Amino acid sequence: MKLSKEETQIFCEVITGGSDTTQETLSQLVAPESAYNFRVNGKSISRHSTENINIVPKSDGQGLDVYIAPDTKHETVHIPVAISVTGHKETVYNDFHIGENAEVVIIAGCGIYNCGGVDSVHDGIHRFDVGKGANITYIEKHYGFGQGRGGKILNPTTEVHLKAGAIAHLELEQIKGVDSTIRNTVAKLEQNAKLTVKERLMTHGRQIAESSYDIQLKGKDSTADLESRSIAQDYSTQTFKSTITATAKSRGHSACDAIIMDQAKVFALPALNAEIKDAELIHEAAIGKLASDQITKLMTLGLTQAQAESHIINGFLK
Amino acid sequence: MLELKNISYEIKQSKQKILDQVSLRIEPGTLTVITGPNGSGKSTLAQIIMGIKTPTSGQIIFGGGDITKDDITARAKKGISFSFQQPVKFQGLTVYELLNIANGELFSPVEAGQVLEQVGLNPDDYLKREINTKLSGGELKRIEIASILARKDAKLLIFDEPEAGIDLWSFQDLTKLFQKIRCEYPDKSLVIISHQEKILKIADEIIILENGSIAKKGAPAQIISEIKEAKP
Ligand SMILES: Nc1ncnc2c1ncn2[C@@H]1O[C@H](COP(=O)(O)OP(=O)(O)OP(=O)(O)O)[C@@H](O)[C@H]1O
Ligand SMILES: [Mg+2]
Repeated sequence: MKLSKEETQIFCEVITGGSDTTQETLSQLVAPESAYNFRVNGKSISRHSTENINIVPKSDGQGLDVYIAPDTKHETVHIPVAISVTGHKETVYNDFHIGENAEVVIIAGCGIYNCGGVDSVHDGIHRFDVGKGANITYIEKHYGFGQGRGGKILNPTTEVHLKAGAIAHLELEQIKGVDSTIRNTVAKLEQNAKLTVKERLMTHGRQIAESSYDIQLKGKDSTADLESRSIAQDYSTQTFKSTITATAKSRGHSACDAIIMDQAKVFALPALNAEIKDAELIHEAAIGKLASDQITKLMTLGLTQAQAESHIINGFLK
Repeated sequence: MLELKNISYEIKQSKQKILDQVSLRIEPGTLTVITGPNGSGKSTLAQIIMGIKTPTSGQIIFGGGDITKDDITARAKKGISFSFQQPVKFQGLTVYELLNIANGELFSPVEAGQVLEQVGLNPDDYLKREINTKLSGGELKRIEIASILARKDAKLLIFDEPEAGIDLWSFQDLTKLFQKIRCEYPDKSLVIISHQEKILKIADEIIILENGSIAKKGAPAQIISEIKEAKP
């Protein structure tokens, strides 16, 4: 299977964080014992299931059903997507059926290379049905590059249903090159379920990013912790909306922290909705410019202002 | 090494004079302690030397050249270093990363660990820690001091109340640390802002700042007894 230079770069970026773009074949990028499906320009080009993880394409070709057997331990699923033709538009549904007490890491992500004049769009809908006592880590990285006028547009929807005692840890990251994004994350938590979300966003140029969360604490003693950090540079615009609703004795915490630079705009609208007196809901939100005392401290150690800023930004987005 | 000529600093809006015609010389290989009442302008003076604040008037000479117009980075590169009275907190930056920035090139974890041990922190516990609000005041202060010790090219080391927040058990070690720096690097100069008698005692010269001016200068024996007599 032959990949273009750009497609290889996308997969390296979303799978290894871009640390190694010299890899020649995809199988070198993922551990041999993991399950995977590589999608390029709307087609699955390589797929592998394991004894415990079965990846089944949907009949219309627009997505996957991923079946993870109960009690599966320490396995990884990779489902990266690359779009390298200008004007490609797709909507993909990936459904994860996670068996009871399974422990898996799911690594998704989409990269768009667009050097043409027409928008390329990937709408990815990821639904997770997490069985009792299961524990998943879901990592999603979005990435765009290419100098064309056409937009690189990614709209991910993540829906998580956590059954009793299930745990999900979501890491959602979009650092480079995506022109427009509307992210939607919905979670329903049953008894003792636990959700943590770590979101990292950086926008520049005239990019637009919108991120919304709807977290519902339905089960007794469920907990949710949402941490969003973002940097808005140049003329970019960011919108952050979150609602945590508690209908049972539960705990919810959200923290949204944005650094605003240049002529950027950031709008944050956090909401807490407690429908029962035993709910403990906390929200913290802060929007501000890069802290001048942090810049000063690093300059006193010999960095230029620009170097100091980039260290602070890199640390903040870790 | 360092010479301040008639440094004044005034707050623009209120015309409040924070420093008034301060002149002093710091010779190579010396340890100078600046003391004086709260609000007398000690930190402001240190910030002016580092380039964090710009004096309203006056001149700063360092290493034979006029650095009055140099920015913070340029002064740091020439060898001025400054440990903040209030350590700065970050989000995401680790102790190891900070020490590497200070060192100017990559430290091995072992070398960085040695710097931490000098300020009484166990590298296994602290090297990977983020410098954020979760650290205690004393821990932050020790890391702040370590960031100055990591700067191998520093010629002038300014510490603003290094002992503040550091527990009594390790305070003795701190005075030892300053004496050790003096012995090992006889051409480096130390300027320590402090209210502590233990630190005043190890000075070559003590400068008392009052209301933005130098009220007194002299050797520890003389100055310490004068301070004690002045108190009822
Ligand atoms: N930006 C500012 N605006 C107004 N007043 C200021 C400003 N910066 C400093 N000052 C004032 O300048 C004076 C000197 O402050 P400085 O921090 O230098 O004192 P200090 O001698 O270091 O005191 P301490 O022993 O409490 O650390 C204080 O009265 C302080 O309130
Ligand atoms: Mg002070």
